[in-house]
Amino acid sequence: MVRFILRRLLQMVLAFFGTTLIVYALMFAGQGDPIQALAGERPVTEAQRAYLTEKFHLDRTGIDGFFYRYFDYIRNLLQGDLGESLTGRQIGDILAAAWPVTIKLALIAMTVTVLVGVTAGVLAGIRRASIFDNSTLLLTLVVLAVPTIVLAPIAQYLLGVRWQLFPPTAGADPDFYALLLPGIVLGSLSLATALRLTRTSVAENLRADYVRTARSKGLVKRRIVGIHVLRNSLIPVVTFLGVELGNLMGGAIITEGVFNIPGVGFNLFRAIRTEDGPLVVGIVSVLVVVYLIANLVVDVLYAVLDPRIRYE
Amino acid sequence: MRRNRPTRGSERKADPVSQSAVQPTPASPTPEGGHLLEVRDLHVEFRTGEGVAKVINGVSYHLDAGETLAVLGESGSGKSVTAQAIMGILDTPPAVIRSGQIRYQGRDLLTQSEEQRRQVRGTEISMIFQDALSALNPTFPVGWQIGETLRQRAGMSRGDARRRAIELMELVKIPAAASRLGDYPHQFSGGMRQRVMIAMALALNPKVLIADEPTTALDVTVQAQIMDLLSDLRRDLRMAMILITHDLGVVAGVADRIAVMYAGRIVEHADVRSLYKAPAHPYTKGLLKSIPRLDFQGQQLSTIRGLPPNLMRIPSGCPFHPRCPYVQQVCVDVVPHDLVLGDGRTSACHFAQEVRDDRAR
Repeated sequence: MVRFILRRLLQMVLAFFGTTLIVYALMFAGQGDPIQALAGERPVTEAQRAYLTEKFHLDRTGIDGFFYRYFDYIRNLLQGDLGESLTGRQIGDILAAAWPVTIKLALIAMTVTVLVGVTAGVLAGIRRASIFDNSTLLLTLVVLAVPTIVLAPIAQYLLGVRWQLFPPTAGADPDFYALLLPGIVLGSLSLATALRLTRTSVAENLRADYVRTARSKGLVKRRIVGIHVLRNSLIPVVTFLGVELGNLMGGAIITEGVFNIPGVGFNLFRAIRTEDGPLVVGIVSVLVVVYLIANLVVDVLYAVLDPRIRYE
Repeated sequence: MRRNRPTRGSERKADPVSQSAVQPTPASPTPEGGHLLEVRDLHVEFRTGEGVAKVINGVSYHLDAGETLAVLGESGSGKSVTAQAIMGILDTPPAVIRSGQIRYQGRDLLTQSEEQRRQVRGTEISMIFQDALSALNPTFPVGWQIGETLRQRAGMSRGDARRRAIELMELVKIPAAASRLGDYPHQFSGGMRQRVMIAMALALNPKVLIADEPTTALDVTVQAQIMDLLSDLRRDLRMAMILITHDLGVVAGVADRIAVMYAGRIVEHADVRSLYKAPAHPYTKGLLKSIPRLDFQGQQLSTIRGLPPNLMRIPSGCPFHPRCPYVQQVCVDVVPHDLVLGDGRTSACHFAQEVRDDRAR
């Protein structure tokens, strides 16, 4: 297990360099005149141009100059310096402000997914073809079919504006209540998937041979379902939830955009729109690390849950 | 190893809880003249989307204390379904028990509540299954799974259940039992896994053990070991056993009586010796002839022509008539009754005596 984790950590280093390089290249390779982009509409004097060229190492040209600047960036990054955005703010400060909001949102979404999705999935799996089962199937189908870009504004309009049950937008430094509706909207997609996955898994395991054995041991039904079936059914569900948590931590561009939540996704979207290269690369680099760690945790958890899986 | 084997008496003393908790009636185990376990005219259907499959069509057999009954038949003949009906673990739906009785110690299990039937499972009647790998839960250690029965059903503490699980694993001759307690089913070989299964089934000292094709998934050499083990355990623990198999070779050394099933009926019922010597049903005869024999080297192996019947459309008259070499018009028209041939032998064939006395075919 330790060897497996070490090997995966080494792979993560490679994956980290690979993805940051690609994002860095995409963001900067295509830019015509980065100094003019930085200045926007204002004219740039020769002295300013000379200063900025030296500051950003733009005197080196071609592929050689690109890699020089990339490794310069990585060197700073490894020292914990994410650099400055085009607006002059420290990227580290922007992330420090955005991340807690995104994490809160992700945890709300995940809690909704687990509490509602997994519980309803287990019930639907036990009572297959019942009214409850069929209605959850239909409902999840609708949720899965409607994209967030549609679902989020509808929920915002109905629940936030029309009936005024929730604040329609979050704004700066949002509290738990302001994040509740966006959290539910964000979680609804993973909820629907988790529900269906749990349902199928439980229904399948209920037919397994080991259930017949458990019954012939004279165990009560509650124990057969609650211990034997659940333990086996939840293996794929937990794997899915782990990956999903990684996704949610990465911020939700649409949901955060619609509800005006100053999280990671919101900042990423703004950075892309304003062509703020350093900010995009900074945010994506950190997202890559979060995602890689989430995947590693899922893989380790998988081996803990299913004794048949051994990493050696 | 034999010294380690606890006698039935000492086990009783070791867990007084289970005795008071699980034995519903301590009265005479078998009422006067009755059998320990008796299936009477059982009818079971499976209702599926495509129609109704008549899986069991009037099965009757009985089991006395301490004896071994072999139930023989090909896939789909209903031998496992009968056993699962006895255990009360048939999935209903799709299965429906139409009529019949399953009497254990004189009481009809089919009229009892689910809770009463649950109490019988494991403590009175226990069952082991064909493929131990899928029959054991893959995500729990074997020691835990054996111990679960003891903790849940006999109210043992964790420590006691653990110690008893080691004893049971030693009883079924699993080497280094104590060190294997924490291993998972997939870490055992096929034979060892089946031994775990047996240990689990014996945990509550059942009076009847139903073994549903216990050796089918195993290598030939291991098959013999498991059969020997089952045979020894049955004798030492004074259990009765129902051995379900499609393999006539497995039966010979172990069983006292044989019930041959075809299309959800018992077609022949006899003690082992007379059945092997002179089968009284054409189906049994066909089965016996299809066993490879050393002294018939170089000859073509005989088979039973045709296929088992579709249980949604069982043939008229005798269900075996489309495949039967003795077939006459009466076989197509009339369902044969069980013909009594003496010595407790029966055969559901219009020409039972002729078949029995016909040594040529």
